[in-house]
Amino acid sequence: MKASTLVKVASQSILKNKMRTLLTMLGIVIGVGAVIVMVAIGQGAQSQIQEQINTLGTNMIVVTPGASRQGGVSRGAQSYNRLTIKDAEKIKRESLFVSAVSPVVFSRTQVIGGQGNWRTTINGVSTDYQIIRNWDLKYGRFFDQIELRQMRRVMVLGHTVAENLFPGEDPVGLTVQVRNVPVEIIGVLEPKGQTASGTDQDDVVFAPYTTVQTRLSGWSRIFQILASTPSSNDIPSAQEEIRAIMRESHGISRFAEDGFTVRNQNDLAEAEQGTTEVMTLLLAAIASISLLVGGIGIMNIMLVSVTERTREIGIRMAIGARGRDVLTQFLVESIVMSVLGGAIGVAIGFAGSNILSQLTGWNTVTSPTTIMIALAFSAGVGIFFGFYPARKAAALNPIEALRHE
Amino acid sequence: MERDLVMRTQGLTKVYTMGNTEVHALQGVDLTVERGEMIAIVGASGSGKSTLMNIIGCLDYPTSGTYYIDGVHVENLSRNQLADIRNSKIGFVFQGFNLLARTTARENVELPLLYDRSRRKIEVRKTAEEALERVGLGDRMNHEPNELSGGQQQRVAIARALVTNPSILLADEPTGNLDSKTSVEVLALFQELHDQGMTVLLITHESDVADCTERIIELRDGKIIEDKCIEAAKAHLTI
Ligand SMILES: Nc1ncnc2c1ncn2[C@@H]1O[C@H](COP(=O)(O)OP(=O)(O)OP(=O)(O)O)[C@@H](O)[C@H]1O
Ligand SMILES: [Mg+2]
Repeated sequence: MKASTLVKVASQSILKNKMRTLLTMLGIVIGVGAVIVMVAIGQGAQSQIQEQINTLGTNMIVVTPGASRQGGVSRGAQSYNRLTIKDAEKIKRESLFVSAVSPVVFSRTQVIGGQGNWRTTINGVSTDYQIIRNWDLKYGRFFDQIELRQMRRVMVLGHTVAENLFPGEDPVGLTVQVRNVPVEIIGVLEPKGQTASGTDQDDVVFAPYTTVQTRLSGWSRIFQILASTPSSNDIPSAQEEIRAIMRESHGISRFAEDGFTVRNQNDLAEAEQGTTEVMTLLLAAIASISLLVGGIGIMNIMLVSVTERTREIGIRMAIGARGRDVLTQFLVESIVMSVLGGAIGVAIGFAGSNILSQLTGWNTVTSPTTIMIALAFSAGVGIFFGFYPARKAAALNPIEALRHE
Repeated sequence: MERDLVMRTQGLTKVYTMGNTEVHALQGVDLTVERGEMIAIVGASGSGKSTLMNIIGCLDYPTSGTYYIDGVHVENLSRNQLADIRNSKIGFVFQGFNLLARTTARENVELPLLYDRSRRKIEVRKTAEEALERVGLGDRMNHEPNELSGGQQQRVAIARALVTNPSILLADEPTGNLDSKTSVEVLALFQELHDQGMTVLLITHESDVADCTERIIELRDGKIIEDKCIEAAKAHLTI
């Protein structure tokens, strides 16, 4: 039989039992729909995290005090080295790969001015910070080397702070009070949004680290050192180099542990990425179970159908159908049903993930790959679960099939 | 004149085994059929008529014996080869019509052509319509079996048997489910096909049906007990 005839015959017999076909397909529809929605949620979360990672900066490397945690367990309290301004300067001076370095001094504080006061984080950084974070200004400018060296009382506001203290206006040139010290606002940063873990990256103000250490907090400890390379290819070498420079700077003996950690921004995000990947897989796996159940539904109906249509099979064989013709007919029927169900499932999954993202605000991503895989999968389900009933039909003896009542 | 044989069986036996008991449905049947013959097989119920017919129709295997159709040795063929013989050389008409439900007359008749492997490029639709016209159902092509009378359904079945232009037309009590008037019409159709050169082998219970054929074979207990030609008295059916 020609392929087109086969599909026609299969469609005809599927259409002869509309209600049953519909119910049979429902399993596949729900299964595929669920897989699409679940994968859309998972991939949406992943792409959101990727976006957030990209807002961290470009080719960023982070040096933090303390040994790296492995499997969530710190490798001992003795391996802890404070970071110093000297470290940052040494990295900047000696590194071949790193183009920008900034220490980060950090303190929680109240900023008073404009509409009132706002509790936020004050970060003392160097002029390179803006380059490392790849952070554009909305108003004004970032501070320069001279202001850094002279410990000027200047400040760049994060977007959230600016919006809260000076809603809808350009505060450049105005003065705010930080710990009773008047500080001039010289710039406002563009918004960057939330991090993957949900902290507002814009709820922050920046001042020269010299100013923060001496005038604004009295807290001189360095929270982290940020660095960046011109090209992402240099990141691994830069990390190695920074490590070597740090070890030398701290006089760490050959076999002692580092006591600090050098990571790049992907390392930072990896844990979170890993979690969502697992989540995506888990969701897809759960959804696949309903696809499996749908497949078993098809098999069940096809078995019933073979029994019910034994006489039809007998007639077809009596007029010259080979076993293979009967096998193909039933197989095509189950494939048509599962693929049709899969297609409807894809449509429903699509609509479902859109509605879901509108209702919940979650990011959902439906890619053509997912659709192809879903369709291929449902065809596979049709073949897999249709094969046994089809083979049973094909193996029937013509005379016995004809006698069947 | 050289005899042109359509089929020949020799020593055909069929044994059904049911638990401990064996039923010898056929006990050595020798039968030759010439091209263009019309033969009636008669016999009491249980005498093995259907069993013989199913073997001739390649629906069933004999227990022993040989069977040729159109020069092809059938008893050793595979399932697939038997399917092809059924498709190309045999037209089978059943007592219960055996049409596909919810399928139009034309589609039913097209079916054997769709399974045809031997011929290429047959105009399926046209050939099926011609066959339906031949049995006088040119105006019922798009009717489904449940929209047709018994006689009409049997005509569709006959058209389906004819459509591949088989070597032999087999009919197992084709009028068994029909009233007497319709039976006469259906038999007249067989007669007409026979007159057009078709070889017809039919099983019947009714003696008046048998009387309108040229040759009557009687079975009893799986054996042919009589094989008579009534050439002279070649009776034609009157409607
Ligand atoms: N599938 C089967 N299994 C066991 N025995 C069978 C089977 N088919 C037929 N028989 C037996 O074989 C014998 C011949 O049966 P068959 O159907 O050929 O008779 P028949 O001449 O066609 O009878 P009827 O005129 O009633 O149709 C019967 O005794 C029957 O019981
Ligand atoms: Mg019988």
